[in-house]
Amino acid sequence: MGAAESVPARFRVGDRVRVRGADPPGHLRTPWYCRGHVGTIERLCGAFANPEELAYNRPGLPAQPLYRVRFQATELWPDYREHARDVVEIEIFQHWLERAAE
Amino acid sequence: MSAATSDTAGYYRRMQAAVEELLILKGIVTPEDVQRQVDAMDARNYKRGAKMVARAWSDPAYQARMLANGSAAAEELGLEVGPLKLIVVENTPGVHNVIVCTLCSCYPRMLLGIPPEWYKSRAYRSRVVREPRAVLAEFGTRLPEDVDIRVHDSTADMRYMVLPLRPRGTDGWDEERLAALVTRDSLIGVARLPDQG
Repeated sequence: MGAAESVPARFRVGDRVRVRGADPPGHLRTPWYCRGHVGTIERLCGAFANPEELAYNRPGLPAQPLYRVRFQATELWPDYREHARDVVEIEIFQHWLERAAE
Repeated sequence: MSAATSDTAGYYRRMQAAVEELLILKGIVTPEDVQRQVDAMDARNYKRGAKMVARAWSDPAYQARMLANGSAAAEELGLEVGPLKLIVVENTPGVHNVIVCTLCSCYPRMLLGIPPEWYKSRAYRSRVVREPRAVLAEFGTRLPEDVDIRVHDSTADMRYMVLPLRPRGTDGWDEERLAALVTRDSLIGVARLPDQG
């Protein structure tokens, strides 16, 4: 996949990002439980065809940067009862992320 | 299994059979193609992952390459993984990793074979991200108090395998003996490996 077919990566490791609270119709790979929550970019995994397009037999290009985002479990679950330092890491496509205020 | 679950399973079984018959009738695949893929999947199991773990425990340079690029490290041992994008996550004395796919049942099949039934269950998928220690306890796994948990949700194109902590009492063991200690559940992260000796 050539660079021209990929959206440039907007975020870097360590950036604070918020997952969009959107609810569009279709095939989505962004779990409900992280929507609207803030996490930190753990790594950029590369750029991949957009699954929301692939699901309808479209090419899914340009490819979207895919990140692993690290969330504190207590951020995702206000009633989390285990360790305060526990984390959940989730793969999220760039078009679901926006920069979070520090 | 509840009646509702059985009905759903029956529905999908019938749909799968109908689609398979159509693909064969239209000449897109042959029954032999289907059987070959089934046989190939049955031939893969977690021993492939165990081989990687034993090499990583024995060779720090290999371990570093494996943590940097899991797929390349598998291929290096002659384990074909196709388009699989493997990320290996390392357990340390302070961090324990667990793998899940909350949306469906993504699993590194090319490396570990067919996932266990519980991995695909709604109970595991919904609970392990919000009460991982409670779930691990049901597998008989209790983590020391000072260990934090890192749950990995395979929501997109990556697949995950845990590099378990090397059990104590295994100094000088060769790779074959080390590999025999590694369990499937330890590669998913719902189990730890007992110390030896």
